[in-house]
Amino acid sequence: MHEKKHSLRGVFVNGILNENPIFRLVLGVCPTLASTTSATNGLGMGLAATFVLLGSNVVISLLRNIIPDKVRIPAFIVVISTFVTIIQMLIQAFVPALYDALGLFIPLIVVNCIILARAEAFAAKYSVLFSAADGLGMGLGFTGALILIGSIREMIGSGTIFGNALFGASFEPMLLVTMAPGGFIVFGLILGIINTVTERVSKRKGAQAS
Amino acid sequence: MNLRLSTGPHFVSRESTQTLMLDVIIALIPTTAAGIYLFGTKAAWVLAAAVIAAVACEYIFQKLAKRPVRVTDLSAVVTGLLVGLNMPAEVPLWLPAIGSAIAILLVKELFGGIGHNFLNPALLARGILLASWPARMSVYFMPVRLLGNTSAIPAGVDAVSSATPLIRPGGYEIYDLLLGNIPGTIGEVCKIAILIGFLYMLFVGTIKWHIPVLFVGTVALITWITGGDVLKAVLSGGLLFGAVFMATDYVTNPMLFTGQVIFAIGCGVIVAVVRMTKAYPEGVTFAILLMNILTPLIDRMTSRKVYGTVKQHA
Repeated sequence: MHEKKHSLRGVFVNGILNENPIFRLVLGVCPTLASTTSATNGLGMGLAATFVLLGSNVVISLLRNIIPDKVRIPAFIVVISTFVTIIQMLIQAFVPALYDALGLFIPLIVVNCIILARAEAFAAKYSVLFSAADGLGMGLGFTGALILIGSIREMIGSGTIFGNALFGASFEPMLLVTMAPGGFIVFGLILGIINTVTERVSKRKGAQAS
Repeated sequence: MNLRLSTGPHFVSRESTQTLMLDVIIALIPTTAAGIYLFGTKAAWVLAAAVIAAVACEYIFQKLAKRPVRVTDLSAVVTGLLVGLNMPAEVPLWLPAIGSAIAILLVKELFGGIGHNFLNPALLARGILLASWPARMSVYFMPVRLLGNTSAIPAGVDAVSSATPLIRPGGYEIYDLLLGNIPGTIGEVCKIAILIGFLYMLFVGTIKWHIPVLFVGTVALITWITGGDVLKAVLSGGLLFGAVFMATDYVTNPMLFTGQVIFAIGCGVIVAVVRMTKAYPEGVTFAILLMNILTPLIDRMTSRKVYGTVKQHA
C-alpha cells in the first residue's frame, strides 16, 4: 500500500506536529476543553486517550482484513470501548483523585473523534507496526496539546502549575480562565498563534523556493 | 492607471470616527467629573489606568499586526474610559488595566478592529472581570464626598463596603439617587451627569433617543406592573449608564429602527427579569451583552425588502 512513502518515524512525528489532533485537525475539542482546567488533569486525560489510541489502533489493524466493511464502525467502537473500560478501571483503582476530577469524561473517551478517526483513516489501512506508531504519535500529540492548554489555564486561573504555587500570595487568579469560557478563549488564542506562525513559515519557505 | 471605484452616496460631511468619539467623550465628561468628585482621587487613577492601557494596547497591537495605527480616532480612549467608569473606585490599578487590555485586544482588535467587534468591548471586559474577580468587582463603596444637601453619610477614612442600592431599594432617597450619593461604580452613580451627557449626545446627533428611552421605559413598565417603585428602579444600579452609553454603541446594535426597538425592549425585559429573580443584583451588563449577540439575527429578521429583488429564503 502507501507504506513505502512513509517511515515509521515520519508517521510517529506526524501525529505530534503536522497533524496534531488538537491544533491541526481540531478533533476531540470537547474533552480538550473539559479536562484542561489544570495541567495534571490534561496530562491524565491525554495519557488515558493515548493508551486507548495505541490499543485500538493495534487491534483494529490486526483485525482489518477480518472486519466486514459494512459493520466496521460498530466493530471499531466495540474495540475502542474495551480499551476505555480497561483504562477507566485502572484509573479508578490507582489514581482515584484523577478519576474524580475527570469524571464522566473518561467513559466519553469512547466517542472521542480522534480515536475513531485514526481507526477509520489509518489503522484500517495500515500494518500493525505503522498503526502503533500512528496511535502513539497522535496520542502524544493530544497529550502535549492538553498539557499546554492545561498549564496556561492553571497558571492564569489558579496561579499554580501541576498543583505547585507559582506566584506569591498577593496573586489573584483570573477565575474565568478555569471556567468553560476561558477554555474556549485560551484554545482559540493558541490556535490563532499556531496558524499565524505556520503561515509565516510556509510563506518564507515559498519565498526561498522561488 | 488607477481608477477609484466607490459606491454612492458620495456625501462629504465633517463627521468622522474621530469627531463622533470626541462627542462621546464630551458627553462622558459630566459623569467622569462627578465620579472623580464623589469617589476622590482613587477614581481618577482607575480611569487614567484604564484609558492609558486601552490606548497602549491598541497602539502596540496595530504596530505588531502591521495594521494602520488608528489610535487618533479616539475610540480606544472611549473604550478605556467606559471600562474605568464601569468599575468600583476601590480596585487595585491592575484591574482597570487588564479590563482595557481585554476590551481592546480580545474583543476589538482580534475580531478585526473598530467596527468589527460583535460585542461592546467595554461591557464584555466588565463581564469577564466580574466573572474572574467577583470579590473585587461586586463590592461597592459609598462615595467619600457627597453632592448637595443630603442626609446620606459619606464613607469615612476607611472606605466602607456596602451593597448596591438594588439590594435594599428602600434605603436611599430619590434626591441621593439622582445626585449619586449612593454606592456603585464610578460612572453609574450620578444620574444627573448621565442625563446631561444623554442630552448633549441627542443635541449633536451622536445617538437617537429611542434605544435609551425604550430600554429604560421597558424596565419602568415591568416594575410598575409588578408593583415595584418605578422611580427607584430606574435610578438605581447601572441602568441609566448602560442605556445611554453602552446600549447605543453603533456597531453592536441593529441597523434599522424596528430592530433597534426590539433590541431596546429586549434589554429592558432581561434587566427587569434578572432584577426580579434576584440571582444577581443587577442585570444591565448581561442584558446588553445578550442583545448584542442577538443583533445579527434581529438585523436579518427586520431587513427591508429591497425594491426589485425577491426575498431570499436562507
